[in-house]
Amino acid sequence: MHVPDGFLDVPTSIATGVVSAATIAVALKKSRQELDEKTAPMAGLTAAFVFAVQMLNFPVGVGTSGHLMGGALAAVLVGPWTAVLVLSVVLTVQALVFADGGLTALGTNILLIGIVTVLVGWLVSKAVLRLMPTKPTSVVPASFVGALVSVPAAAAVFVLLYMVGGATELPFGALMATMLGWHTLIGLGEAVITAATVGAVVAVRPDLVYAARGLQPALVLKGADGSTICAPEPIEPGAPVHGRSPWPVVIAGLGVAFLFAGVLSFFASSNPDGLEYVAGSEGFLERARDSAVGEFVLADYGEVGGVPVGVAGLVGVGLTILLGLALFGWIGRRGSRAQSTPPQPAQV
Amino acid sequence: MADGHLHRLYRHGDTPVHRLPAHVKLLALVSFVLVVVATPREAFWAFGVYAALLAAVAAVARVPARFILRRMVVEIPFVVFAVLLPFIALGPTTQVLGVTVSQAGLLAGWNILAKGTLGVVASILLAATTDARELLLALQRLRVPPVLVEITSFMVRYADVTTGEMRRMKIARESRGFDPRSRRALAVVASSAGALFIRSYERGERVHLAMLARGYAGRLPVVEVQQAGAAAWARAAVLPVAALLTATAAWLTT
Repeated sequence: MHVPDGFLDVPTSIATGVVSAATIAVALKKSRQELDEKTAPMAGLTAAFVFAVQMLNFPVGVGTSGHLMGGALAAVLVGPWTAVLVLSVVLTVQALVFADGGLTALGTNILLIGIVTVLVGWLVSKAVLRLMPTKPTSVVPASFVGALVSVPAAAAVFVLLYMVGGATELPFGALMATMLGWHTLIGLGEAVITAATVGAVVAVRPDLVYAARGLQPALVLKGADGSTICAPEPIEPGAPVHGRSPWPVVIAGLGVAFLFAGVLSFFASSNPDGLEYVAGSEGFLERARDSAVGEFVLADYGEVGGVPVGVAGLVGVGLTILLGLALFGWIGRRGSRAQSTPPQPAQV
Repeated sequence: MADGHLHRLYRHGDTPVHRLPAHVKLLALVSFVLVVVATPREAFWAFGVYAALLAAVAAVARVPARFILRRMVVEIPFVVFAVLLPFIALGPTTQVLGVTVSQAGLLAGWNILAKGTLGVVASILLAATTDARELLLALQRLRVPPVLVEITSFMVRYADVTTGEMRRMKIARESRGFDPRSRRALAVVASSAGALFIRSYERGERVHLAMLARGYAGRLPVVEVQQAGAAAWARAAVLPVAALLTATAAWLTT
């Protein structure tokens, strides 16, 4: 995944470098909240760990092997901003000393491996964590999904960069499909190793896992007379996981959705999808009646009303979001009403 | 990246290239690679000149060709991609050795292969003639944010410790009959990574406490500062300036 020199043209390399430098500047500020006064030594240590872990190769297919990228792993273990710093440092040392990844492509590599995998891995893990029961071991499946999504996401961003500043014209659909296909396999390996690594750490030292902060169950103390009291929750140095606004996650997700719908859909293959194709070849496509909204301007993603496909996509995403917000709002109100009954004291 | 020893990449020596201050070398390397990347890919002869320039630097630094070739294996995945490009790219096709390939793809494959290889060799030369510690001081002199330089320096210090720990765990695994090629190996590899994180983190905490006890207040003291005179800058500029002249000629002729 380390992009060498000459892969992308100079303007693209400079642009990705600027984006990476800006993100690192933000990460330098934010990482202090994650690691307090120990920032430099512990981040350096985590960098050495990620560096070592990237040497772990695992088989993906016939004769091919991938190695761990470690973006999602680092984000879950030490927090996203520290993870951005850690991976940037690892990539810089690899480019300078190991000739792994080009020097002019350093910004690109930091963007792909150091920022995209970390942020996607972290946001997806947090989103999954929201759906799981509140306990430290929930971090394990969350990190699995985060790692699984982060690798194809980096591959997709790479394909986009290649389309903008690549050396040659390649069929977009084919390149995207090949890259996503292979990197989903690699992502599966990454997910297994990430989840098992996080699981091993959670089992021994849950306090070292950043994503598991605030997920510890309350300490229940048992008196000599058999009475039980709940110890007050320990105060975490970072902001507690609960009560944190879900909006950053939601907004980032919306951004990605709008990007896919509004921009990427222009590149989407205009061939019929699997079902349509089979329907056409088997001769039952004509039997399908146009749906009741078939004359609507947005039908068939805008083809009927002459609306550009990107605009149709944006409208579609917007509608989906409104529906989703309404649905989750309703579920949330029901949930809080159910919880408003006072919990029974635990019998230990 | 088969072995994680940073110091194995460095070849001790006392040549003019070794003596140049690290930040001067670093700037020379980056500008050389930038010039190479900006060269039009149709100017085939220019890349020959660049290769000759690098060979001259290697000769002055007394870095043997075998040493460079062994370190070039990191490039292999992208060589595979470059070789595949002529077969999957679009556009007008041409015949090479009786095989139909895309012209644009052929050029792009060549482009990646030539520029990537030159960049890799240039970085190997820098690493072979510059101590990792000097490289860190160079970053500091080039105004890289101090926190980043410190993280890097801690990483370089811990890298040997961590990889040494990992090698011991690997030997222990293998002596128990572990086969890394099997699919079931994933679980073992992953729990090793978990154990490695806990061991390294706890070790880091102990080292951090020891550092605090010795008066560490968030900044490492700088002991020596390498000064770069005009002569050093002039000597280091030979490589990128020669490359720039070649690139200009290439731009004018194509």
